Amino acid sequence: MSLSLADVEHVAALARLGLTDAEKESLREQLSTILEHIAVLNRLDTSEIPPTAQVIALDNVMRDDAVWPSLSQEEVLRNAPGQRDGFIEVRAVLGGSDAEAEA
Amino acid sequence: MSDAKLTTLTAAAARRMLDTRDISAVELTEAHLARIDQLDGDIHAYLHVSGDVARAQAVEADARMATGEVAPLTGIPVALKDILCTTDAPTTAASRILDGFISPYDATVVERLREQGAILLGKTNTDEFAMGSSTENSAFGPTHNPWDTSRVPGGSSGGSAAAVAADEAILSLGSDTGGSIRQPAGFCGVVGLKPTYGRVSRYGLIAFASSLDQIGPFSRSVEDAAIMLGAIAGHDPRDSTSSPRDVPDFTQALRENLRGVRIGIAREYRVEGMEPGVERACQDAIAQLEELGAEIIEVSLPHTEYALATYYITAPAEASANLARFDGVKYGLRLEEPTLAGTYETTRGAGFGPEVKRRIMLGTYALSSGYYDAYYVRAQKTRTLIKRDFDRAFETVDAIVAPTSPTVAFGIGARIDDPYQMYLSDVFTIPANMAGIPGVAVPCGFSDGMPVSLQVLGKAFDEATILGIAHAYEQATTWHERRPGERV
Repeated sequence: MSLSLADVEHVAALARLGLTDAEKESLREQLSTILEHIAVLNRLDTSEIPPTAQVIALDNVMRDDAVWPSLSQEEVLRNAPGQRDGFIEVRAVLGGSDAEAEA
Repeated sequence: MSDAKLTTLTAAAARRMLDTRDISAVELTEAHLARIDQLDGDIHAYLHVSGDVARAQAVEADARMATGEVAPLTGIPVALKDILCTTDAPTTAASRILDGFISPYDATVVERLREQGAILLGKTNTDEFAMGSSTENSAFGPTHNPWDTSRVPGGSSGGSAAAVAADEAILSLGSDTGGSIRQPAGFCGVVGLKPTYGRVSRYGLIAFASSLDQIGPFSRSVEDAAIMLGAIAGHDPRDSTSSPRDVPDFTQALRENLRGVRIGIAREYRVEGMEPGVERACQDAIAQLEELGAEIIEVSLPHTEYALATYYITAPAEASANLARFDGVKYGLRLEEPTLAGTYETTRGAGFGPEVKRRIMLGTYALSSGYYDAYYVRAQKTRTLIKRDFDRAFETVDAIVAPTSPTVAFGIGARIDDPYQMYLSDVFTIPANMAGIPGVAVPCGFSDGMPVSLQVLGKAFDEATILGIAHAYEQATTWHERRPGERV
């Protein structure tokens, strides 16, 4: 399985990961090698095998729908790199090139 | 007692001396802080040493012991892998992207250690976000193996393993997603325990691969691992995957002989590229187990060869989702760009190191449209087969033993440019994570002057049996008594 540079750029865009040209090239090579090793799984016939997402014997863990103390707004905001009026501040989400990136 | 002796104690021995007032928690803590000060420039086990916090906790522990209200870890100095959230020390996951982050809450395991009155010495080095097998992926520089500082301590919990091996902490905590406790324990010649998935709450453990991650102890004896597991195990309503099962007193399971115990050896664990010294030490250990009364039975785990590939889809896939939260918005590093998407990309591009980027890319690829069934679903199905292998084997045996790693600790820099070679060092540890079962690594000899380790794997929630086997083996041998600096 050999990846193209366009594949790497597509996946990086999905992951919102900024990469330099040198990183893209080395990731293209390394990921291709790793995918070749991973192809060993194609040797197994798993068509009749159910998937395992987790291994604990618990399902649908419920809790009471009750209010209990949580972190204060001040504690939650303390680590935020940008904030204003008790909110986390970021660049506008709508409009401009972000809208294009979503398309 | 001299400071040098105080830092070599087991937790059980320190407990006795604290209880008889032969030593104080303050003396024990000062001895460790002095040792760290003297040695950690060479080892770099710690990313952050909490001297003042530890001293205050020691004074409190002494006051508490004076009232007679003592827990097993009251006054015992402990180190924490820097992927566990703490309110009174930075939590970095050894990544630039968490620059300046102070957690607003403690991990549940940290809370439980505080309740016991343990002394929290500081935060230990790790591969960035626990992704790696050598601690070389730390953004803050590698940790050095105390047995030979030109070699890696293993990873990802290399700092926690090295701290216990170098007498810079009596106990420590790490996390194990594909071997990150057992492999570094083996490389550093200490005991390392990965509990059953769900035995210990993951609340406050920065998530790498949520269906595989589990917190566990490093120690100088199996008894100490049993004590630490008892302190941190048990249900936590804040982690819905933590098990409501009762937690037994694991120290009651420690035994002197293995009569009536059936131990499996898997033929698939003899792989090419295994170091002859490792193979020899593990064979000798199996003979020792037999001498102690165990019945050795050959079992088959036929899908072992697929575990590594299964892991390198499943873990990066889960990681790519978990690490989406590091986006420069809520905490840590932010590199502002004109657009929000640009801010995400620049922040993440600058904040993550090469291995983390590799795994985010691999995981995103495996989950992306058109590849999801071919990679992710196929890996989940193979995971079923790996788990069934263990279920079947445990119908005839009580535990399975295998080498912890195919080699001893390798040189710093030796594998860093070849990711797949690096991944191979976890080939024997990964299957237990895929199946969710517990495993304990125990020193079993030396090869090339470096420690070799045997891992004992058990049934889900049967840590008692594997600790019992590991203890009997440890007590019949002297490997655990060797110290770095007295190389054989």
